[in-house]
Amino acid sequence: MSAIQIRNLQKSYRVYQKKEGLAASLAGLFRREYRTVEAVKGIDLDVEGGEFVAFLGPNGAGKTTTLKLLSGVISPTGGEATVLGHVPWRRENDYRRRFALVMGQKNQLWWDLPAQESFKLHQKIYRIDPADFARTRDELCELLDITRLLQQPVRELSLGERMKMELTAALLHSPDVLFLDEPTIGLDVVAQHNIQKFLKHYQEIRGITILLTSHYMKDVAALCKRVVVIARGEIIYDGSLSGIVDAFSGHKVLSVQFAGERMPGDLARYGEVLEEVAPKAKLRVDRTAIAKVLSSVLAEHAVEDVSVEDPPLEEVIAEMFARNQATEVADAAAKPVAAPPAT
Amino acid sequence: MLARVQTWWIIFRICVEERLVYRGDFALGTLMRFLPLVTQIFLWTAVFAGAGKGSIVGYGRNDIIAYYLLTTITRAFASMPGLASGIGRQVREGEIKKFMIQPIDAVGFLLLARIAHKLVYYAVALGPFFLVFWICRDYFPGWPEPPVLAAYFASLVMSFLLGFFLEATIGMISFWFLEVSSLLFVYMLFNFFCSGHMFPLEILPQPWQGIVEFLPLKYLAYYPAAIFLGKVPPEDLVQGLLVQAGWVLFFVIACRAMLNAGYNRYSGYGG
Repeated sequence: MSAIQIRNLQKSYRVYQKKEGLAASLAGLFRREYRTVEAVKGIDLDVEGGEFVAFLGPNGAGKTTTLKLLSGVISPTGGEATVLGHVPWRRENDYRRRFALVMGQKNQLWWDLPAQESFKLHQKIYRIDPADFARTRDELCELLDITRLLQQPVRELSLGERMKMELTAALLHSPDVLFLDEPTIGLDVVAQHNIQKFLKHYQEIRGITILLTSHYMKDVAALCKRVVVIARGEIIYDGSLSGIVDAFSGHKVLSVQFAGERMPGDLARYGEVLEEVAPKAKLRVDRTAIAKVLSSVLAEHAVEDVSVEDPPLEEVIAEMFARNQATEVADAAAKPVAAPPAT
Repeated sequence: MLARVQTWWIIFRICVEERLVYRGDFALGTLMRFLPLVTQIFLWTAVFAGAGKGSIVGYGRNDIIAYYLLTTITRAFASMPGLASGIGRQVREGEIKKFMIQPIDAVGFLLLARIAHKLVYYAVALGPFFLVFWICRDYFPGWPEPPVLAAYFASLVMSFLLGFFLEATIGMISFWFLEVSSLLFVYMLFNFFCSGHMFPLEILPQPWQGIVEFLPLKYLAYYPAAIFLGKVPPEDLVQGLLVQAGWVLFFVIACRAMLNAGYNRYSGYGG
């Protein structure tokens, strides 16, 4: 049985549509217009124990909503899900002792007290054996290099240090499943790298199941073998990170270095010219036409060096999200305006 | 059970530690709360001097000052500053999530935090309180009989529980309306007049006096003070305490039911 099983999971919200101006505010006291937002539209997903899966998607795609559903913070509008055999939104203590949720920049530690006090509270809440607690705490603090900060009030820690403390607090009870919602948001590159390194190491030694949402492709590339792309509440891709390029990019990048200083004047006939600095040029060429274009270039010009590459992953994903958002706007424009429900 | 007690103890201990972080605010907040006591004594002295008669609705000047001092004690138990608005803020800003994902009961946690805050405050305030009551000892008719004194303490403890669960229930409404400050303002207004906080409820004209009899608010200030001063006939004490216990039970159930319903309709605000 999978650690996480999701079947046709749905979540929709009713969102108040506030119009601009005082008159609209006054009218809103008596009659309000609501829009139904389908944040998650019937997703199916299986995650095996020990997998490290990334959820990718533009803002508002349904990633965080899915994590909230799986951690029992919200209840679904339809569908089913089990995590470690538990229905999350029943919020059974047996389940709550087996998972942890870390949301970037959301503090679960006591703001005015040193983190070690919050850790002690976690020990009692999760009923962790004192010896196990001391061992796990020391191990985590050493891995994250935060031992010297344990006696410092949380409010006096930097953002990166606080995130390390949050992670420590979340892992003290050795959860089987960890949900991470943008754990590196707002951190500098060094802190991001440290968190990535820690998560990779911890997942390898403990073999826990981790679901991660992040906008930083470096997080995903460093940590996850499997990527699930969500857009408009639906899963549009589930596979390896490199597979995204094959699935969503229709072009390749052809880099050519011509012999001598002279550049051909008609490069645009081979494809879209991305860069042109004599004697080098970069062309965006349709994937299906790459072989033909390459042989033409080689036959028609003196070429010193040539390479064919996939476009950068971040570019492919950005294009994919942009395409998806454009479709959403077009769909919304095409949809007839429904009469607002009375409140 | 032992594990649960240990959890309660650590929550309690951490809440005490948190309360002691801001020393200046704590010292000022503790000591300055005695000023209203002094002003009320002057106020009622002036009222009786102006009225030109020995008693108002059965209360003499000494009685009413003793009453006010006693309601100060009841209010110390029953008032819950920041509880409902704090729950509202936690719902609005998403902090309530931690009670949903961790194996911890939100109501139990809030109750322990409140007990810790009250204990810390009154442990320090006990000295000044004792001094004020000693200075004002001549206003009191003397110690009541032991059974009445026991009833008084029972009523005081229940006034704390009633105040907590009533205000927590109001706080839970924020799962539906997000902002409860206006509702809280209306509640405080009614509480101010109908709990006997400012004056004995016998002063209220009919039909208000009759209406207040059927509300839980009088147990938040008036009732324990009235027991101490012998205004409640001994034969009515048991019934009165049972009604107070009934209100506590009602709000315990209401608070729990609203928390569960609130969790189920929660939309996970605040990211």
